[in-house]
Amino acid sequence: MAAHSAVLSMSKIINPFWGGRLGNTVKVFGTTLTSHRNKTLLTGENIPPPAKYGGRHTVTLIPGDGIGPELLNHVREVFRFSCVPVDFEVVNVNSALETDDDMNNAITAIRRNGIALKGNIETKHTMAPSVKSRNNLLRTSLDLYANVMHCQSLPGVQTRHKNIDIMIIRENTEGEYSSLEHESVSGVVESLKIITRNNSLRIADYAFKLAREKGRRRVTAVHKANIMKLGDGLFLQCCREVASGYPDITFDSMIVDNTTMQLVSKPHQFDVMVMPNLYGNVVSNVCAGLVGGPGLVPGANYGNAYAVFETATRNTGKSIAGKNIANPTAMLLASCMMLDHLKLYDHATMIRHAVLKTMNETRLHTADIGGQGTTSEVVQTIMRIIQSGGQLTTEL
Amino acid sequence: TSPVQHETFPLRGTVTLIPGDGIGPEISSAVMKIFEAAKAPIRWEERNVTAIKGPGGRWMIPPDAKESMDRSKIGLKGPLKTPIAAGHPSMNLLLRKTFDLYANVRPCVSIEGYKTPYTDVNLVTIRENTEGEYSGIEHVIVDGVVQSIKLITEDASRRIAEYAFEYARNNQRTSVTAVHKANIMRMSDGLFLRKCREVAENYKDIKFTEMYLDTVCLNMVQDPTQFDVLVMPNLYGDILSDLCAGLIGGLGVTPSGNIGANGVAIFESVHGTAPDIAGLDMANPTALLLSAVMMLRHMGLHDYGNKIQTACFDTIRDKKVLTKDLGGNSKCSEFTAEICRRIQDMA
Repeated sequence: MAAHSAVLSMSKIINPFWGGRLGNTVKVFGTTLTSHRNKTLLTGENIPPPAKYGGRHTVTLIPGDGIGPELLNHVREVFRFSCVPVDFEVVNVNSALETDDDMNNAITAIRRNGIALKGNIETKHTMAPSVKSRNNLLRTSLDLYANVMHCQSLPGVQTRHKNIDIMIIRENTEGEYSSLEHESVSGVVESLKIITRNNSLRIADYAFKLAREKGRRRVTAVHKANIMKLGDGLFLQCCREVASGYPDITFDSMIVDNTTMQLVSKPHQFDVMVMPNLYGNVVSNVCAGLVGGPGLVPGANYGNAYAVFETATRNTGKSIAGKNIANPTAMLLASCMMLDHLKLYDHATMIRHAVLKTMNETRLHTADIGGQGTTSEVVQTIMRIIQSGGQLTTEL
Repeated sequence: TSPVQHETFPLRGTVTLIPGDGIGPEISSAVMKIFEAAKAPIRWEERNVTAIKGPGGRWMIPPDAKESMDRSKIGLKGPLKTPIAAGHPSMNLLLRKTFDLYANVRPCVSIEGYKTPYTDVNLVTIRENTEGEYSGIEHVIVDGVVQSIKLITEDASRRIAEYAFEYARNNQRTSVTAVHKANIMRMSDGLFLRKCREVAENYKDIKFTEMYLDTVCLNMVQDPTQFDVLVMPNLYGDILSDLCAGLIGGLGVTPSGNIGANGVAIFESVHGTAPDIAGLDMANPTALLLSAVMMLRHMGLHDYGNKIQTACFDTIRDKKVLTKDLGGNSKCSEFTAEICRRIQDMA
């Protein structure tokens, strides 16, 4: 392993802008990492990822509720098997408690480690309205302003539409999710949707940068500015301003209800989409459904200093918890995105390749995509493919 | 001028027809021809709606249109032009405010013969149409920070929930699903949900479920057959009803009805005015025709409604006479004539 990493370091010095074998992803996720780490990146030297103790990284792990714990256990199993130099700091959050102490511990842990992998934390809306969504609290406290989701059709999965490839960038901290509500008069509730210039500019900038790095041709802003003239009007205006700085990328806009109609009839017209929070929720779920369901798509939340990875549609999956039928693909692909972020490209490629090979070539599918396999069978197959790939692994 | 005599009960069989703009007039006359062929007991009263400034400077619809609608209680409307920077709000908004059209009902049924990737869609979206995110209350708090207010009231939520359950009962539907985002918007969608739950108590024969908006979207594009009647606040309704229209083939084949207080109901086609094909006999009257069928059912004239709908679907399934947007190259008049012929053959 030592010789291997020496070769890798050498190749990095020789090809400073190539990074790992997944060249593109370096530039994308590297920019969000740079701030206080790897300052030498700017001078052109590429040093190995900043790992603190004995070359191993520490990542915060939040199991969450429903299928979260079992899927994350599988992730740990695969990581252990593949000798990934990542240690997980597990922080449990009990969604039944009224206080936010658990959540604050989790947030502190993420601030310490910089990266997290999480399952969804259930929001019991039978509790008092003052108990806010924990997931939302995490996103706003850490200012994870960009939610990125890449929807790609997988050849092995049967869907009505083929060859979909859409990137969705969703503003993650404000909009309708500001959690500012009050009952002005008995029986009348007001909920505030906040749109700010700063956040809109920031997310539009992120979208265009990402589009350029990935070589995408078009960015579409999704809005409802004909009705919410000031709010979404501001968002649209900010997108247009940023678009003028990227003349190589086409910019257009579409109203959200028309967007959903187009997505179910002609999804191939979309390339990169950027939108405020709630529309992002709708559009990302529609797209996830189009490519095969919630078990297939990974999602990432990026801020300037932190990154949190999870499944794209953030489902708790209470009804299938503990039954060994959940699809581990989304969570495993999310963990690969995390490894890319940590610059552990070899491991990321290896695991991703095994996951996709299982999905596309072996026909071993879980129930959500029409198969009869169990979660553990799928994970075992993935590990077998990793082992046959020739890397040093622990005993199966 | 002599005072207008008002009937004390709605004249059965009178409908206020608002042809609209663009292709509106031609599709309206197509519908009238088909109704004539079916010998439906409907008397049409054509009215035009343009915004006029009433006393006090408020924008309103012409008084003769309002009077006709108040009398007949039933309206059929073609597409209306939305003027940009005309100084007055859109006509649809004016109509909504004038008659307190609180429920927008859109039944989405797959049309055999018009192929989409989704078959067997059979659901109804019922959308609250007066408040929610479309209250139009927005402020600039400081430069660069805008706040939009979403309003949810107990009364409106209860009213729409009651309508949804009544509709389900009257149309032999088995379940009603409330769509919400109460995990994020705890108080507002929480209130909506509570009202739905309360109303559900009085309709034990109908199954009531709740589902998050994102879960509905996710499941809708994978398996739309699991949904029956969906009831939701304004914004979610807007998005979902258009999503469902996309599943069955778009706005050119989707009917829509707006139910108001005081028994008023206005049925409409929700597509645009299509100015590029206006007057060229190329328009597709299906959306307006299916809305008219919805109207007949609302009035209790189910037989006529079924006859006309069958004739329309048979024509589309046969694929011999189709307008351009449905994949053929027949004229609007030919399509209309074919449907009339089928109706007459059925008699």
